[in-house]
Amino acid sequence: MDDMKVNQNPKLGSIDRPNSYIGRSLPRENAKKHLDGGGQFVDDLVLPRMLHVAFLRSPFAHAEIKSINVDEAKKSSGVFDVYTAKEIDEFCKPWVGTLGHLGEMRSPEQTPLAKKTARWQGEPVAVVIANNRAQAEDALELIEVDWVEKDAQVDMETALDENAVIIHPELGNNLFWTRTVNQGDVVKAFEESHEVVETTLDFARHTGVTLESRGIVADWNKAETKMTIYHNGQAPHMMQHIIAKHLDVNEGLVRIVSRDVGGSFGIKVHVYPDEMAVAAISKKLGRPIKFIADRLESFTTDIHARCHKISGKLGVDKEGKILAMEINDLSGIGPFSMYPRTSAIETNQVLNLSGAPYIIPNYKAVGTVVFQNKTPMCQYRAVGHPIAVAITEALIDKAATKIGLTLDKIRKINFIPDNAYPNKCPSGVPLEDLSHQASMDKLLGMMNIAEIEKQKEDDLAKGVLTGYGVIAMCEVTNPSPLFYGVGGAHISSQDGASIRLEGSGAIHLSSSITEQGQGTEAIMKQIAADQLGVSMDTVRVTLGDTDATPYGGGTWASRGAGIGGEAVLKAARTLKNNILDIAAAIMQTNKDTLDIENNVVIRKNGEEGISLQKLAETVYYRGHEIPKGTNPELLATASFLIEGIPFVFTNSAMGCHVSIDQDTGIVKINKFWAVEDCGTQINPKLVEEQIKGGVVQGIGGALFEECVYDDQGNMQNATMADYLVPMAYEMPDIIVDHVTTNSGRSIIGAKGAGEAGTGGAPAVIMNAINNALGKVGSEVTSQPITPEKILKSMNKI
Amino acid sequence: MSIKNSVNISLSVNGESFDNVTVPTRQHLADFLRSQGLTGTHLGCEQGACGACTIEMDGKAVRSCLILASQANGSLITTVEGFDDEVMEKVKINFLKHNAFQCGFCSPGMLMTTKEIISSKKKLSRDEIRSEISGNYCRCTGYQSIVDAIEESINEIN
Repeated sequence: MDDMKVNQNPKLGSIDRPNSYIGRSLPRENAKKHLDGGGQFVDDLVLPRMLHVAFLRSPFAHAEIKSINVDEAKKSSGVFDVYTAKEIDEFCKPWVGTLGHLGEMRSPEQTPLAKKTARWQGEPVAVVIANNRAQAEDALELIEVDWVEKDAQVDMETALDENAVIIHPELGNNLFWTRTVNQGDVVKAFEESHEVVETTLDFARHTGVTLESRGIVADWNKAETKMTIYHNGQAPHMMQHIIAKHLDVNEGLVRIVSRDVGGSFGIKVHVYPDEMAVAAISKKLGRPIKFIADRLESFTTDIHARCHKISGKLGVDKEGKILAMEINDLSGIGPFSMYPRTSAIETNQVLNLSGAPYIIPNYKAVGTVVFQNKTPMCQYRAVGHPIAVAITEALIDKAATKIGLTLDKIRKINFIPDNAYPNKCPSGVPLEDLSHQASMDKLLGMMNIAEIEKQKEDDLAKGVLTGYGVIAMCEVTNPSPLFYGVGGAHISSQDGASIRLEGSGAIHLSSSITEQGQGTEAIMKQIAADQLGVSMDTVRVTLGDTDATPYGGGTWASRGAGIGGEAVLKAARTLKNNILDIAAAIMQTNKDTLDIENNVVIRKNGEEGISLQKLAETVYYRGHEIPKGTNPELLATASFLIEGIPFVFTNSAMGCHVSIDQDTGIVKINKFWAVEDCGTQINPKLVEEQIKGGVVQGIGGALFEECVYDDQGNMQNATMADYLVPMAYEMPDIIVDHVTTNSGRSIIGAKGAGEAGTGGAPAVIMNAINNALGKVGSEVTSQPITPEKILKSMNKI
Repeated sequence: MSIKNSVNISLSVNGESFDNVTVPTRQHLADFLRSQGLTGTHLGCEQGACGACTIEMDGKAVRSCLILASQANGSLITTVEGFDDEVMEKVKINFLKHNAFQCGFCSPGMLMTTKEIISSKKKLSRDEIRSEISGNYCRCTGYQSIVDAIEESINEIN
């Protein structure tokens, strides 16, 4: 790809100049350490006098804890102490996972360790503190708990029945939250429709499976009354606030350090009971405490996602124009709403995003979220998107078949036209700067559907079922304060950047955005060097340390480039301005005659300039040489937040081609195409990698991934050998291209790109499979779409 | 008969000799290496499934979480920290060029598997490369960029 062509944003200056780095696929030089084994992950950290913990976790999905006897465990070799809720609660206040802006949510107080009742298999109930993890685990076996197992409410579909097991008796029933969206008059519109199609889809629970498990080292320094936490999280400043609030520490004396993070995908942005317990133990003992989840703990205590059953109805007129859409979504979130983001957001996004690319004048959506005795469920990559996109696109395919339109035609006649933005989702959520028409056209150009259709008939003659799908979608990125802050959560929607010229002529940049492998450090460096006019190797970046970076939200919801990047751009422009002011004073000339190129303040007329190193040395060491009254500030800080709208949306079009083995039910993805419009791409290669990696996670959800539970609430496949994720062999090469519509909300014009693949792949794969199965009159509606489900749909088993 | 809680072992890691080191009998090799400060060997599952802890032991790529430290007595071990030969430098350049890793947690194991692929001297197709690395989880990249990097390395080196 000619990476220069993607930079089509005139606000960023000419691309034909030295140090023009925005829009170039430069390699991540900073990441080379990972290839030398030099990453610094939490488990790599060893501190003096550090102790290790292991948690005793409930073996039951629902059980009363009559008593816990830790006497024998305390005597075990290497054990320092054993705590239950009583000891931990003294040092950590409980929390509640509700927010105020989305109507009434009901979730009870949660403490680090369960007290009288355990409500999911894996909930921590006691903790052993020992010299090493192995000794801590030895002692777990000596803890005696008098359990009284209770009936578990496992199935979300019966959670609101009269005879359901009530998980929190004080709430009266298992309802956490419900919301209804009603735009127009769907009843009337369905009556007036030429055809009405319906479907019901199931989405299994799955989870993030970050290769590096959750980990924390908490280090309470009694002398300084300071808490330092090394944590593989995504939002250090959020954690700073949470730790201060619940452990009663001055917020200014809490330092959160997030160095290298081995994958996050939204899993590591939540507050986990075991991690809060570790911080409490450190405060109680005044010693560093390490906890690294093992893989069983990851599967049973990392948040799960999806777990939805959604029914939908779509009414179209004779020409295939959509008149009405109605959806009804049910989701199960485990026994607690997660803190502080709540577990309502996935369902909320399903309601917000369904039908988003299309003009749908009448829209009704009902979401119901219930408690159950399974691992807590919360926001994971592409929150709600897979469900919203799959229901919309499945209904549209059905409508196309019913009235005899091609799959692309029915979409094209219903898209909100590219020139009709700003506009709104059917739910009323504002949309702007999108390009569904151009993106679909580009996708169709890449796919060659005529050839695929022809091949389909040839394949069928040979007994092979093949099919294809195309979908369009909107992707939530760059959230504004209207996402969480408005509801009372201390989650910053603002991000900051601080940039300085140092005495050596080097540039130091710090940002509140964090790195989990997306390439945050690389793109920040590109923006800073580009805007300042310095070489890339001049810039050093600090991220992930609340003591060293500006305040801000961190990395989640695809907000790094669009929000954090804009802050870097603004700070770099301010610093450049300051540098030119100083240079003009030193050089006794007008600032407009100067610019910075290749680390030198140049005179535009070609006469000799002054290097940034020389300028910095003059300011810092020989300040008496600069004219009196010159502002010597070589440090600039800037912030950015999205105002006035809830999100900056990206849009995507995707297509795929599949073959189905009629004897085994195995699906092969032959090709996968994605077109993304994320506005300015700071580093096109990194954008492409976000999309490809995202698509593969989406394929995981569509075909493989499921947290399988028995009817007592025992997770059945909590190992990496039993829980299937996509491996290299089953995955296709993915072809990615772009349409560029810059966001008008910022100078940089970037939107996010991390969610679409995961959000769209499940829909397009399901549609392609059903396109193939249509030839034999069958259909699948439940994800993951396993070979067994396909064979069952064909009545083969 | 009494059960010994520790044993003494001697081995070579990345050319450095460890003589008569006392290790817990139950300690696996990955934990031993990490306890020596060689934290490039990562643990993703400790069940032999994910491949992050793959190291080279006596010329073969093995899961260091499935081998006890005591079993490595007398072995020659190479970990990611020891990848400094010309071939692996080329591989690393290609991994960087193709962005064949994001978070970097799988990379040490992925590089070790790549080393084994390259030393087999076979010209592999993309599908064959995909098959060869199917014992290594990567959750970030979707694998395509890793296949690109390995393909280019094979073409360059073999």
